[in-house]
Amino acid sequence: MAETVLLEGNAAVAFALKQVNPDVVAAYPITPATEVVQEFSNYVANGEVDTEFVAVESEHSAMSACIGASCAGARVMTGTSSQGLALMWEMLYIASSLRRPIVMAVANRALSGNINIHCDHSDAMGARDSGWIQLFCENTQGIYDTTIQAVRVAENTNVQLPVMVCYDGFVISHAVEVVDILSDAEVRQFIGPFEPVAPLLDIRNPKTIGPLDLQDYYFEHKRNQAEVYKNVEAVVEDVGEAFGKLSGRQYGVVDAYRLEDAEVGIVLLGSTAGTAKDVVDSMRAKGHKVGLLSIRMFVPFPVDKIVGAIQHLKCIGVMDRHAALGSYGAPLFTAVRSALYGKTTVPVLNFMYGLGGREITMAEIEGIFTTLETTAAEGVKGEGIYWIGVRE
Amino acid sequence: MKIKPGAGWKDLPAGGFINEPATALEFHTGDWRAMRPVWHEDKCIQCLQCWVYCPDSAVIVRDQKVCGPNLDYCKGCGICAKVCPPKEKAITMIREGEEG
Ligand code: SF4
Ligand code: SF4
Repeated sequence: MAETVLLEGNAAVAFALKQVNPDVVAAYPITPATEVVQEFSNYVANGEVDTEFVAVESEHSAMSACIGASCAGARVMTGTSSQGLALMWEMLYIASSLRRPIVMAVANRALSGNINIHCDHSDAMGARDSGWIQLFCENTQGIYDTTIQAVRVAENTNVQLPVMVCYDGFVISHAVEVVDILSDAEVRQFIGPFEPVAPLLDIRNPKTIGPLDLQDYYFEHKRNQAEVYKNVEAVVEDVGEAFGKLSGRQYGVVDAYRLEDAEVGIVLLGSTAGTAKDVVDSMRAKGHKVGLLSIRMFVPFPVDKIVGAIQHLKCIGVMDRHAALGSYGAPLFTAVRSALYGKTTVPVLNFMYGLGGREITMAEIEGIFTTLETTAAEGVKGEGIYWIGVRE
Repeated sequence: MKIKPGAGWKDLPAGGFINEPATALEFHTGDWRAMRPVWHEDKCIQCLQCWVYCPDSAVIVRDQKVCGPNLDYCKGCGICAKVCPPKEKAITMIREGEEG
């Protein structure tokens, strides 16, 4: 039975966790993801879940405990942000290499320095190559829905990989929104009972996990792992479709908005999609053929879906909420442009925005669309990399 | 699933697991050795100190009696020679490749 409630983004994660009722949650609180841990520990204290809650002394320990519990055979979830995610860094790679189906909420926040607690995507981008699936959410409803779907994606026998559910810190982690929730029974039926693959506690089948792996096998193991990412897109789409049947809210790997007949379009990740959709509507009303591609699954990068959605455009703008210092353009931009290579020769521009929680306004997004229209007509001026909303 | 030597990436278990027990037995760490312990049976008083201290469990004991190092696994650290009672000096370390 669907019910409508008011939840902030973090509470939506905690509520989804409660409904999933994982075996183990090992976590350390960090702004702006603190309420995930705080609210979930209330559920534990009140006896509303059966979860073994491990209050660790750092995020490095949190992820270590998650990996250990997962290897033992537990369904494991956690949450973090920014410096916490950075402190987990070496364990992130181990979690994915060992094919641990751990689900982690990540309230995206800038990395120090200087110290900043507000939103950008530099934490998630730092973990881009760690082997975790990364799903980005547009709003609180998306967080709730994606957290539940992520469990089923991670645990799919063709996947067995950890998943980060990324959502913009404060922008939606702390925004109270109307959320349609499922019943506990619906959620548990949707994710199904947990069936661990090759758990350590299956003592009749002894095994070694995480051995020394030198020149003679490490390369083969990485190649072996790389192959599994090819399975992920289909599973994320299937799970998104099944969730649509259950809830009426369908999800895919990308969210294309008014792109079919568009001439220019923006590609981005996260909550700015909501603002940009309003800009698209208002500019459409004035006769501008603009559209938006919000990428829900950033890792593994759904190349064909992205190319298919935007290759007909006359100019493409990629908005990155992360400054890849010293690189030629930020990660989303380089990935999108590389995907388009050989498919189109239209200009692809990079727009850096919103670092450290700097607000992005509708007027600024309209300005980006105008830049795209001008570039489509007159060609690229300068290096094609823009900083939006920064004081000169 | 037994991993065959030289297996390609498609033939490896997921997650880099080794799905069989005691495979360390097949890893002959004795290859790493630069110094080799030589055990002198005539001097040995069977105190078992070398067996207790060997970090690689590479001292062979049969019927509760030391019978020398297992050179498949002995890394040549010299701890056994160090703990062997000084009056007996029943283990001496020599350079690998030299005659004992
Ligand atoms: S040299 Fe070291 S490894 Fe070899 S038998 Fe003696 S104590 Fe063990
Ligand atoms: S420590 Fe020396 S004397 Fe004692 S058992 Fe070993 S070799 Fe023999």
